[in-house]
Amino acid sequence: MTSTALTPSRSLNPFTGLLSGTTGPVIVVVIAIIGAWYIGAVALNTPFQLDTYERADRTNVPFSELVSDTLAQERPVLPAPHQIAIEIWQTTAEKKITSKRSLIYHSGITLSSTLLGFLIGTTLGILLAIGIIHSRVLEKSLMPWIIASQTIPILAIAPMIIVVLNAVGISGLLPKAMISTYLSFFPVAVGMVKGLRSPEVIDMDLMHTYSATRVQTLWKLRLPYAVPFLFTSMKIGMAASLVGAIVGELPTGAVAGLGARLLSGSYYGQTLQIWSALIMAAFLAGSLVALIGLVEKLALKRMGMTR
Amino acid sequence: MTALAGAKDTEMVDNHKSASPDRVIDIEKLSLTFETGDGPVHALSDIDLKIEQGDFVSFIGPSGCGKTTLLRVIADLEQPTAGSITVNGVSPEEARLNRAYGYVFQAAALYSWRTIAKNVALPLEIMGLSRSERQERIARNLELVNLTGFEKKYPWQLSGGMQQRASIARALAVEPDLLLMDEPFGALDEIVRDHLNEQLLQLWAKTSKTVAFVTHSIPEAVFLSTKIVVLCPRPGRIYDVIESDLPRERTLDIRESPEFLKIAHRVREGLKAGHSYED
Repeated sequence: MTSTALTPSRSLNPFTGLLSGTTGPVIVVVIAIIGAWYIGAVALNTPFQLDTYERADRTNVPFSELVSDTLAQERPVLPAPHQIAIEIWQTTAEKKITSKRSLIYHSGITLSSTLLGFLIGTTLGILLAIGIIHSRVLEKSLMPWIIASQTIPILAIAPMIIVVLNAVGISGLLPKAMISTYLSFFPVAVGMVKGLRSPEVIDMDLMHTYSATRVQTLWKLRLPYAVPFLFTSMKIGMAASLVGAIVGELPTGAVAGLGARLLSGSYYGQTLQIWSALIMAAFLAGSLVALIGLVEKLALKRMGMTR
Repeated sequence: MTALAGAKDTEMVDNHKSASPDRVIDIEKLSLTFETGDGPVHALSDIDLKIEQGDFVSFIGPSGCGKTTLLRVIADLEQPTAGSITVNGVSPEEARLNRAYGYVFQAAALYSWRTIAKNVALPLEIMGLSRSERQERIARNLELVNLTGFEKKYPWQLSGGMQQRASIARALAVEPDLLLMDEPFGALDEIVRDHLNEQLLQLWAKTSKTVAFVTHSIPEAVFLSTKIVVLCPRPGRIYDVIESDLPRERTLDIRESPEFLKIAHRVREGLKAGHSYED
């Protein structure tokens, strides 16, 4: 790297620099997706637009007008990216956070049950994993149930949980959080079982020669070993938690939250509202996972595990 | 703890007429058979061995002769299937619970998320020593293995030889009278190994500990030991026990002396005779 002979001579192709880093290729892919999206939007919205022209007895509409009309419908089959961007802008920056029409307000509702569910789920997953690695009976009795729990479609079980909890007087944040918990404990439990079992034989033997107790071995060997596993499974658990919170808002006819926005959007054919809620959910999930990634980096650095 | 061990020792004298108060390890007719899918494997067969206080005993033999297994039996990491063994006059399990020995593994086995000082502190934390006592022992034992100044480094920042020295410091920090070492320098190059051998001898002379040392290097065994146990495989058994008459104070030059070569020759002959590669 230090040698000048090794630096590539400047190419005349202006795209060489763009494609050599990571930002370049990412931008190219984003542009390609947006391009395909516009083409798709025009194609999918054309039939409705042609119907409209016919009803208005308009013929020979120029193609350029057709295109601009398909990208400006009020309830398009597939909204164009700029329509979604405008919708998001109007429902975030231009609305007060307390407003029922503010997307940030709805995101906040979903976020709070996501985080609560994730917290309970992660704790539950870690505790289950600790129990499972220490007791053969627990492993035999719990593991099949843990796996079976994930084979049941969440859409089927979510309304049951909400209805049952409502019947015993628990409503509001907690029932939705329970569904997040239901989805997020699993990756954490499985990841932590693997992580807590990952110490090398020699590391376990060392603890044995010190006559360390199980708690000491757990605390000083197994848990530190499991930390990288924990972060990986927490990333999966966090994304699952958000899905759980949104799903939890669907069957109850909830009035607030991203799930409620999706539901009311589909009732009234408000595709713009659905898409902006979807984009917001994706953005939320991405940010939360990135946040865990950041904490992971700091934690591993503190533990001297990154070089 | 030493008082307790002492009391146990005298008790043993009453029980066994043969046991001397200085006996650290007493193995009689010990066998260990692993049951595997392909039938039983006789890892150790009919082992008789006595190790006295202050001995430096090397176990030497080809791979599969059971030398590591024997060390692991002493450390209560494996259970014998027949015969008897006492460590400090009590069972290996009790000796382990009394923290009678320090064990140095083939690999350094340092925990990667702990600094060198924290790694040495690990057994001390488990023993429940006070913070000041821990600090004092860490400093003293790191100095003993010439690692002062590396306290805050992580294991991967150290060379293989330094890592192995740190693991020796960790074993010494327990302050055991008995040191069990399983090919601790096996993975190191000749020059580092010679250097560490010399340091280990000095350490042993300074502290009058008992050392049981597994190796498959003849010069290493002869250079270090007061007693060399030659093992041979299938089944793992003792072929020869050589009492070395070399002086306790040794330098690397001793390896050129005729006495050294004579013992080395006997070890080599033992290894050759016990070997079954020809059949």
